[in-house]
Amino acid sequence: MKTYLPSRFIIERDPSRCIQCKVCVNQCTFDVHYYDAEDDEVRSHEENCVGCHRCVIFCPTNALTVRRNPLDYRENYNWRPEVIEDIIKQSETGGVLLTGMGNDKGYPIYWDHLLLNASQVTNPSIDPLREPMELTTYLGQKPDRVEIEPSSLSLKTQLAPQVKLDTPIMFAAMSYGAVSINVHKSLARAAAGAGTLWNTGEGGLHPELYKYGNNTVAQVASGRFGVHPEYLDVARVIEIKIGQGAKPGIGGHLPGEKVSAEVSATRMIPEGTDALSPAPQHDIYSIEDLAQLVYALKEATNYTKPIAVKIAAVHNSAAIASGMVRAGADIIVLDGLRGGTGATPKIIRDNVGIPIELALASVDTRLRQEGIRNQASIVISGGIRNSGDVAKAIALGADAVYIGTAALVALGCTLCQQCHTGKCAWGICTSNPALTKRVNPDIGARRLTNLLRGWSLELKDILGGMGINAIESLRGNRLQLRGIGLTDTELEILGVKMAGS
Amino acid sequence: MRELNNINNFYHDDKVIDACSLFGMMDTSGKQFSGEGVVRAIANMHIRGNGLGGGFAVYGLYPEYAEFYAFHIMYLSHEGQAQVEAFLKQRFYVIHVEEVPTKPTPAISNPPLVWRYFLEVKTEETKGQSLDDYVVEKVIEINTKVKDAFVFSSGKNMAVFKGVGYPEEIAEYFCLDEYTGYLWTAHGRFPTNTPGWWGGAHPFDILDWTVVHNGEISSYGINRRYLEQFGYQCTMQTDTEVVAYAVDLLMRKHGLPIEIVADIMAPPLWEQIERMPSKEQNICRTLRQVYGSLLLNGPFTVIIAHQGEMIGLTDRIRLRPLTVGIKGSVLYLSSEESAIRLICPDLDRTWIPVGGEPVVGSLEKPLIPQEVAIAGGDGI
Repeated sequence: MKTYLPSRFIIERDPSRCIQCKVCVNQCTFDVHYYDAEDDEVRSHEENCVGCHRCVIFCPTNALTVRRNPLDYRENYNWRPEVIEDIIKQSETGGVLLTGMGNDKGYPIYWDHLLLNASQVTNPSIDPLREPMELTTYLGQKPDRVEIEPSSLSLKTQLAPQVKLDTPIMFAAMSYGAVSINVHKSLARAAAGAGTLWNTGEGGLHPELYKYGNNTVAQVASGRFGVHPEYLDVARVIEIKIGQGAKPGIGGHLPGEKVSAEVSATRMIPEGTDALSPAPQHDIYSIEDLAQLVYALKEATNYTKPIAVKIAAVHNSAAIASGMVRAGADIIVLDGLRGGTGATPKIIRDNVGIPIELALASVDTRLRQEGIRNQASIVISGGIRNSGDVAKAIALGADAVYIGTAALVALGCTLCQQCHTGKCAWGICTSNPALTKRVNPDIGARRLTNLLRGWSLELKDILGGMGINAIESLRGNRLQLRGIGLTDTELEILGVKMAGS
Repeated sequence: MRELNNINNFYHDDKVIDACSLFGMMDTSGKQFSGEGVVRAIANMHIRGNGLGGGFAVYGLYPEYAEFYAFHIMYLSHEGQAQVEAFLKQRFYVIHVEEVPTKPTPAISNPPLVWRYFLEVKTEETKGQSLDDYVVEKVIEINTKVKDAFVFSSGKNMAVFKGVGYPEEIAEYFCLDEYTGYLWTAHGRFPTNTPGWWGGAHPFDILDWTVVHNGEISSYGINRRYLEQFGYQCTMQTDTEVVAYAVDLLMRKHGLPIEIVADIMAPPLWEQIERMPSKEQNICRTLRQVYGSLLLNGPFTVIIAHQGEMIGLTDRIRLRPLTVGIKGSVLYLSSEESAIRLICPDLDRTWIPVGGEPVVGSLEKPLIPQEVAIAGGDGI
């Protein structure tokens, strides 16, 4: 069948610069560039280009430019090129359209409608270069009060397990198999170096990474891949994954081609078989079932680790979160509409879930109304782009954030949304050994550590500007936020006032 | 009747911002003294205020009614008064009622009616609540539900006197020269907006806890949300009210001693905690983990008082002033040393306390008079 799909990108190769070195041919995993020996010329199959820019960055003579194909259909706001092309694809394949990364649609990004405060005159701002500025955060269940023996001033209260973060930014769940071992190594080393946590995702933990257990969140998800006693024992936190912002209500599917020998050993499934994570956890059909799994994991780890429960941000997140806290979750993870993934049905990614800002605000408010906010920490994820987003999330009520997409961008990702193809030219979201070595874990860890350092320094600047020298004084302090360009209802849900008021 | 606005936060700012003069004086031997010196001292810091609020807390002034809750209530209308008095009769045995004596003063215009009531709780009404919790609940009920009435003092054998004006004018208006107490705190206010509401002046009171405060608490937003979880309603939208409720929660309800409370409101830095011996480290770490939302961040000095105790505390990086003086068994706390020197030129000791370190005067641990004056020092 002749495809009606047009090329999405145009590749311009400057003949005066191109030296026919074939770097682009070797770097491209989508079979775009090829060498015509007869003419001694490098040419392109533009229709294959996904716009990942690997060739552009690696071309030694800067001969390449990749541009969007303008596709000048007649203007139509309803029938945009993307809509037309999706229909073309389905009429040619008859399948569910798959994609990678998070929701790329134009839904409101509330971070961009929130502004932070600073001190002037009545209270001094604090210079983080000259004064202490504290980002230390402890995740875990806190009691309502502390009891002290008055005569000896000794502590009577014993706290549930707490996890210390030197900075309130963690790496989100990305499974081994979806991403390569080198990505896992980079994340684990960076987390250990920066005093924070990284997350295994649902694919188990490669034995080589057990040494980073103290900085590892081990995920237990619906497929139970890679879950065994040692896995639970080495981790610092155990996270039950109920849902994911990129595909709420949908399970996971790691195609058999990605299940290499190493992945198979780590996931504990036969080599080359598809790894299917069911949509629900089949032992959790209700909140009391969740409580059983939470306590089963607490029992299994002798009450030494906080248990996190992760859900996708959906319409009734507040009520669900309240139930999760009552079911014994020590950490609640909310993953918003813009959270990324290695593969998801496009229709789900583009249409299901709610923005994390709204979910966070309503969950924090609800838990406070019920007087149980201190019983669990709140961690959010889904589209955090910079330290400004982090500061706003903390002011809305989060204890910490997870970053996934941002971390991958640090490793080279350009959001071409081809994660589900297994062909990632940047070697991130693939298990092809020729590609995975494109991520050097030493360099990857350095890039990620640099990112965390930069954001942490900026967070300190933001705090200092507000005249605050400890992150806990920003947490849930919504008076440090003002909304701009929002309706009364949006302001009410976010719990912030309009800028200028 | 009176054209007074009972809105403290007139422009609905996040919180009322003010800078101030503070003064506290306590005879730790329990000896009563008149407020004459305190008034002179706070008047000496006149320029730290702007005439938009002044007030005093006095402890030990009602020995004849010492076992009864002494409610001091401002009224903007007789209707408000009638409503509150009917409410009080329902909930309490009213032992004694009188209008608080005042003297016409040119500087004080348009004052509210101020009455005081000595009350005993009707125990059959408490439904198992502690008496103090019952009283707190009734105070909040009057302050949030009754228009034109405001309870600004509700402890036993203590009273708050406050209003719009310079502190020395308020003292004259309420005839403070006629009272004696063993502990006085005083406040001169410099708010950045212009409320005309007497209830917005300091000290803030709940039961016999009073707070005078100089500063702006940048963590107010979360401090307030945290306290709301425990049933406190911040009706005044001032950061000072948050300090009063935080102290009430931590010291009265959670039973924590002042040293611990200081470690919550102005905690040591994490890196200091990491260097502590394990017992202290464990306490300080737990306190920050559990009570992080009550860390008072931003510049502040507070003088907190309750029956038998006066506490001075600054924020942990000491962005607002506090000077301590000692003469015999008397402890002085002041924004400026000059105010102490004015009324007591020959202090035994004077020093500026370290940020976050509480200075405590207590009847239980009276100061022992010293012979020789020493300048400097690091604590009592």
